[in-house]
Amino acid sequence: MASHSAKLDTETLWGGKESPFQTSYGKLMMWFFLVSDALTFSGLLIAYGFTRHDTLESWPIGEETFNSLPVLGHGYPLIYVALMTFILIVSSVTMVLAVEAGHRMDKKGVVKWMIATIIGGFFFLGSQAWEWSHFIHGSEFGKVELADGSQAIVKGHFGEIESFTVIEAGSHHKEGDIVKEDLMHTFQHAAEKGHINNGIIELHDGSKATIKKQKDEHLKLIIKKDGKSYTVGKEIEGKKAEDLYYNAIFSGEENRVIYGANLNKNEYGPQQYGQFFFFITGFHGFHVFSGVLINILILIGVMRGVYHKRGHYEMVEKTGLYWHFVDLVWVFVFTFFYLI
Amino acid sequence: MKRDDLIEYSLNGHHSDDEGKLIRKKILKVTVLLTAITVLEVALGAYIKQSSGAWPYVKWSFVALTLLKAGYIVMVFMHLGDEKKWLRNVVLIPYALFILYLIFIALCEALAVGDAWMGA
Repeated sequence: MASHSAKLDTETLWGGKESPFQTSYGKLMMWFFLVSDALTFSGLLIAYGFTRHDTLESWPIGEETFNSLPVLGHGYPLIYVALMTFILIVSSVTMVLAVEAGHRMDKKGVVKWMIATIIGGFFFLGSQAWEWSHFIHGSEFGKVELADGSQAIVKGHFGEIESFTVIEAGSHHKEGDIVKEDLMHTFQHAAEKGHINNGIIELHDGSKATIKKQKDEHLKLIIKKDGKSYTVGKEIEGKKAEDLYYNAIFSGEENRVIYGANLNKNEYGPQQYGQFFFFITGFHGFHVFSGVLINILILIGVMRGVYHKRGHYEMVEKTGLYWHFVDLVWVFVFTFFYLI
Repeated sequence: MKRDDLIEYSLNGHHSDDEGKLIRKKILKVTVLLTAITVLEVALGAYIKQSSGAWPYVKWSFVALTLLKAGYIVMVFMHLGDEKKWLRNVVLIPYALFILYLIFIALCEALAVGDAWMGA
């Protein structure tokens, strides 16, 4: 290091001494910030692992929980999350190309690759919004509590609901009315509240109606919590599965079925699962969001020529460090939340 | 206010067009590798059930592949591999110390809590 000090005049040195790592102050501090942020994320993921290991209920399995694609529907295990991972990796690559262009003082290159990075970031955020929405709304079948007290998730194709035929008037519908709107939502709401009794559904206005529904196909129950007759991991198919499922949701009892997820309950597994999902992916998503904002600010600086005048594009390198870090965190979230 | 960072340090990263070509080649190589690892992980996750006998091996290979991916991102994309040795150490060593300790203590605690629940 001594050899270096010859070419640096004391006025420009950090408080009169040479930088310990021959790195600029900003970059060093960015690294220290990233270390602290990495500790936070590691803490969250380790807490997730801890909870997962000492929960007696069976924990949801990634490829069973996340198996949907927009438009195409179910049956595509993990493809969507893999796509999100790929988007983030690509945007990390475009970022490193922007940094590389900066090292050659190639302003046009920096602008081009930073715009690509920002677009990638928006794509990722959009994907995450879809995934959250899907997670919150849940599946068509929900998680059901069977007669013996066990809980099961349900796989298969849900037969479409065609209509409700009112058989007892309420404050809005008359007898003989045929309801054709908002069927799925009404059905799930009534099932959760225990407003379906022996196939007769009670609608919002207090009227009662019969349900016309197509037959479900390939119905399969997978037990996730022990009951008197069934234990975790047991799979039930066919007529028996159908009977068990519809006996439960048509029982007229509240909370026999749960659709989707919120902070108190979720259809996928233990209560904490939803909370960890929202917190970890949410905290990461917030990092992506702020990363996109910072990238936009730096892009504006690049376009105005601020860094070109300064003689180096180190600001792009620093925001790049943050952006790569966000990608790095996702690599771990992807493994520990979705794969294992 | 006078800027307190050294422009010499910030210029360290500069390179020529020819060097740039080599660096871009390396970036492309790492990109292909990261994508291939992700595809492999998804394939393993989708086709090997958690109930199967091979699962423990798959699980640990996920961890190994993830660490490999993380290594490439940190060393190549974040250029930590090109920094001074002690900058690298000052970032990695404190992190590793804290996290290894946290993993150790969390595993011990999880076993204790699990035993307490199972015993009850």
